[in-house]
Amino acid sequence: MHIGNFKETYDADEAVFRTPTVRWWMGALFVALAIFPFAADDYLLYMANLTGIAIVGALGLNILTGFAGQISLGHAAFVGVGAYTSAILTTRLGMPFLLCLPLSGLMAAALGVIVGAPSMRMKGLYLCIATLAAQMIFMFVFIHWESLTGGIRGINVPPPTIFGLKADTEFKYYFVTLPVVILAVAATRNIFRTRVGRAFIAIRDRDISAELMGINLFRYKLYAFAISSFMAGVAGCLWVNFIKIVTPEHFPLHESIRYLAMIIVGGLGSVLGTIFGAIFMTLVPEILKNILSIFQAMNPTAMSYLFPLQSVVFGAMIVGFLVLEPHGLAEIWRRMKDFFRLWPFEY
Amino acid sequence: MDIFLQLMVSGVAVGGIYALIALGFVLIYKATSILNFATGEFMMLGAYFCYTFLVLLGLPVIPTFLIVMLCAALLGFLVERLILRHMLGQPTISIVMATIGLGSILTGLAEILWSSDFKSFPQIFPRAPIDLGFAIVRSNMFYGFLISITAVIVFSLIFKYAKVGIAMRATANDQMAAYSMGINVRSMFTLAWALGAIAAGLGGVVIGNIGGIQPNLGQIGLKIFPVVILGGLDSIGGAILGGFIIGVVENLAGGYLGPYFGGGVKDLAPFVLLVMILMVKPYGLFGKREIERL
Repeated sequence: MHIGNFKETYDADEAVFRTPTVRWWMGALFVALAIFPFAADDYLLYMANLTGIAIVGALGLNILTGFAGQISLGHAAFVGVGAYTSAILTTRLGMPFLLCLPLSGLMAAALGVIVGAPSMRMKGLYLCIATLAAQMIFMFVFIHWESLTGGIRGINVPPPTIFGLKADTEFKYYFVTLPVVILAVAATRNIFRTRVGRAFIAIRDRDISAELMGINLFRYKLYAFAISSFMAGVAGCLWVNFIKIVTPEHFPLHESIRYLAMIIVGGLGSVLGTIFGAIFMTLVPEILKNILSIFQAMNPTAMSYLFPLQSVVFGAMIVGFLVLEPHGLAEIWRRMKDFFRLWPFEY
Repeated sequence: MDIFLQLMVSGVAVGGIYALIALGFVLIYKATSILNFATGEFMMLGAYFCYTFLVLLGLPVIPTFLIVMLCAALLGFLVERLILRHMLGQPTISIVMATIGLGSILTGLAEILWSSDFKSFPQIFPRAPIDLGFAIVRSNMFYGFLISITAVIVFSLIFKYAKVGIAMRATANDQMAAYSMGINVRSMFTLAWALGAIAAGLGGVVIGNIGGIQPNLGQIGLKIFPVVILGGLDSIGGAILGGFIIGVVENLAGGYLGPYFGGGVKDLAPFVLLVMILMVKPYGLFGKREIERL
């Protein structure tokens, strides 16, 4: 049983997985993830893919907002940039998926740096509103630059081909999403073991102190914007190749808010929390929708009253978590773990 | 030239309404440092309250207005008591998200209570357009402007001269000092929310009267951000001026650029202007630059 926190070497202190138990559980998780697609039906796999894509996107936002402390109301716009980049590269230039993936990320990162540039002079709420403006401007470009984005009709994308295999079903696509998600999680976890990640946290906690300690605020804020948008772009690329069509209505402000809700519900500044939050915010609305459609089958007229419940529940989840459990699901998870770890001798 | 004047006049008319809503927004921000993302939803509810009392219950116009203001105040009071009071001292992002979540709840509730159908107000003002000599204004815009401007002036006077207003300004300026002068800071927070909700609710009534109401009316609330940021988040004069600037810019952009870039320009222009202003003046035109100490 793991009790104290006593390390004898630096290697032990810096290890990602601190104890054999953790390693064992991680192994079990990987096995479960690998077996899952063979046991699940198409609907479950569809949800799993969407959840995976949401995890990548939400990780990006948590790096920017949860770790570096810069609130962004324009995250969905960067997901959109990634999606459009991928769609355009695939349909116009016939680029392979594996090349599109990093290129979509880079494109989003480049635009992220531009949007992040005002952070040189403003911060806090003013910056938050500037990202809101970016969201609006990107949406306008998506809709009105018809020669490039296809306007409101959007772009249809063929299923991606990887190493000669066509990922055209939910089952096959799962094996595209999963490695990207694992890579994204590992990368995020590791960023915060480096100078850059620690600088982000220092900026979030007190920007002036961070500056005094020799962190170039502007440069690191731009890094945060770039990394965050890169992951958003990758998520967008995954998303468009899964859904196979991209239109502007997929990236409204509400979508940005959904990403923020994921990291709030999951836990700000927590990688594990981001994963929980993304799963939670993808599954709960879907489950709710299914429950409501059962009610609809029983009583069709009640639908006009029940349907708006979705936005009530969405809002109530955000407010509820903020008021009752500000550190999110990650904190609940930690408490549960502690309970079992110490049980039955709690003190 | 005719078109220019016409656009200017309707810009000013809309700007007056924006000024009113922005005023409510800034009141809340100044007193509590909370950016109320649910302002648009407060507006929407104000419009629905008005619709309910006016059409469904058949009350006359003046009592309806008073009741709407009372309901809006109650709404602001409840929101502050039930949600935001628990969030004192939380990081900015949490408070921003709380008001966004609140907005989502209010939109859903409105849809459940009043259904998502479009509803139009009855004719409460004379229908004939007003001819100002150099331009012609739609009558409900003209009267809406009058109502907004009256409210803006009343609010400003309260804030400037009434004892409550001075207490609120003191709270905004320095909470500790306000406490020591015997001001009940907490009740000032509640009051700010009530007043802010009244301003937003009245703005909603005026906007609903011009364009009809729907639960997604709250999205107009997004336009309030360019207005308040432009003037500086904590400046009342800035909010009023910002309202007019955004109203005019929006209409000019819609009139002159709309034909080239399509219909969305009118809604986009305020945000582009906002980004440009923020690049030059990061705290808006009249915002107070915060001096930070460690």
